[in-house]
Amino acid sequence: MSADLALIGPVLAAMLTAATPLLFAALGELVVEKSGVLNLGVEGMMLVGAVCGFAVTAQTGSSSAGFAVAALAGAGTAALFGVLTLLLLANQVATGLALTLFGVGLSALIGQGFVGIPIPDVPELNIPGLTDLPVIGKALFGQDVVVYLGLAMVPAVHWFLYGTRRGLILRAVGENHAAAHALGYKVIRIRFLAVLFGGAMSGIAGAYLSLDYTPMWAEGITAGRGWIALALVVFATWKPGRVLLGAWLFGGVTIAQLHVQGLGIDIPSQLLSMLPYLATVVVLVLISRDIARIRLNAPASLGKVFHPDA
Amino acid sequence: MNRRTMGKTLAGLAAGAAIMALGVGAADAQEKLKVGFVYVGPVSDHGYSYQHDQGRLAVEKELGDKVTTTFVENVPEGADAERVIEQLATSGHKLIFTTSFGFMNPTLKVAQRHPDVKFEHATGYKRAANVATYSARFYEGRTVIGQIAGKMTKSNIIGYIGSFPIPEVISGINAFTLALREVNPKAEVRVVWVNSWYDPGKEAEAAKALIDQGADVLSLHTDSPAAIQVAQERGLYVFGQSSDMTRFGPKAHLTAIVDDWRSYYVSRVKAALDGSWKSQDTWGGFKDHMLFLAPYNPALPKEIVDAAEKTRTDIMEGKRHPFQGPVKDQSGKLVIAEGKQATDEQILKMDWYVEGVQGKVPK
Repeated sequence: MSADLALIGPVLAAMLTAATPLLFAALGELVVEKSGVLNLGVEGMMLVGAVCGFAVTAQTGSSSAGFAVAALAGAGTAALFGVLTLLLLANQVATGLALTLFGVGLSALIGQGFVGIPIPDVPELNIPGLTDLPVIGKALFGQDVVVYLGLAMVPAVHWFLYGTRRGLILRAVGENHAAAHALGYKVIRIRFLAVLFGGAMSGIAGAYLSLDYTPMWAEGITAGRGWIALALVVFATWKPGRVLLGAWLFGGVTIAQLHVQGLGIDIPSQLLSMLPYLATVVVLVLISRDIARIRLNAPASLGKVFHPDA
Repeated sequence: MNRRTMGKTLAGLAAGAAIMALGVGAADAQEKLKVGFVYVGPVSDHGYSYQHDQGRLAVEKELGDKVTTTFVENVPEGADAERVIEQLATSGHKLIFTTSFGFMNPTLKVAQRHPDVKFEHATGYKRAANVATYSARFYEGRTVIGQIAGKMTKSNIIGYIGSFPIPEVISGINAFTLALREVNPKAEVRVVWVNSWYDPGKEAEAAKALIDQGADVLSLHTDSPAAIQVAQERGLYVFGQSSDMTRFGPKAHLTAIVDDWRSYYVSRVKAALDGSWKSQDTWGGFKDHMLFLAPYNPALPKEIVDAAEKTRTDIMEGKRHPFQGPVKDQSGKLVIAEGKQATDEQILKMDWYVEGVQGKVPK
């Protein structure tokens, strides 16, 4: 049916935008985990980024300034996590959960004066000719700039981790911090930088929601997307390319189940909403069965506290 | 337990801690009646919870010398709610309003343990000697906006964003659809459930999905203004929910069904103060000032506004009922006979769609 075919473009476009915040947050967390740190505070950092980005854009009218400040705010929140877990050696899981609670409260506090304020739109790409292509034109060439930035981050992160010396060192720190330390690498400094990067990416992910996706500030605007991003990293078995696939899958299923309902197709929407999580569990089971594969991908020192003197 | 509910549980714990702090702070306010409010969303949602808080503020304004009020926002429906309500009851609150359907069983459980505390539960149907219920006849507003939608649509597809398939929402969809098809028999309603009261991202996605499928007028029964923004961006029309959401989409926002709890809350707190409070069920509509319509968009033609106003006053004066027979369900079966009207019981337990709604009610 032609009516159904015409839906492909909008569905693709919606899928790409739904995947973008997940992509930013998950790529950031991936780098953090590759360095051997587990930061469960993604949701909190996203919220702080979302509200700070929104506040700045509302004041200055510039969405680029908003995104820049969101990245800084996310990194600032992550720095708190870094100080607590890397310098004061606090438990990473507990600190990460606390960071999420802290972010929820802090963002609500900062956001009090910004509820219900309109902000300017983020410009969308418009390439004459390409954007007007039927079916896929709008989806591929008519998105916000941030969507493309997110896509560009995938090869960038991959290249950094697997194509550069610094990436190799970061992975070494994540695999065996004692050995890396013995070789003279500054484990804590490297991990701190990774945590800051993760925070900045989460901040941008949050700002994408408050500046672009639904341009408004509302308490709890992330609605659990930080937790999905954490699941995505595991789902992707710590590989950037698979994070992209996973983000599209999670985003695509969200959009698809809404369309299925609108068309009156008789599949329970809850079943579709459940699928990405089911897939995560299946992936976990599969990689856990094969010890070699886990060793290959999951950072061996993930979540372990590092004592420089030990 | 997935990570998301874990996050919510933790949020509930934080809410609990917040109350304990409040309980200590308010303890010196002797003699005053302590009134507690439990909200499902943030006060700043500019929708459902915001309107309940307007009611609380009205109580403070009118009876501030006799009462102190406490509110807890963002309380998840379910087990966490019980702890929050329990903490309010044990910290000396003698009248507690629990403002969402999902607080029904937690409210009753806590009420059983605290017979000296009075409870008011919104939109539920279970009562006890110390638990009263109250709700607004939201569906009366749906009749008016359904009629407007029928005259404004060009594609004859109306998108409807639902929260949860409970009778309150389904009766709204049905009242909307009946009025829609009365003025425009070719129009149909497509429903998308987002399974949340408050998730701006998902509400926006649902709005986009419905628009992509051809809807040119949207109605919603969720609490955030996200769909209003989407309609504004796409140059289409939308009705606000619970609260006047005009500023989120000045061109798109045609009107909104606004909940108004102010007079009810003030009267119930007064009753608790003078000892005349007793458990009862209140279900008020336009007539009882429990809901009203936000200002009509200037873009609406005068004859449509006039017709809408006539429908509203007819409902108010009892000349028109939103569920006036004959009403058929989707299979064509006659549910409300010619000349009959749906009983309150039928509306409160509605779990079927009328003709003109696409898809099935999720089970």
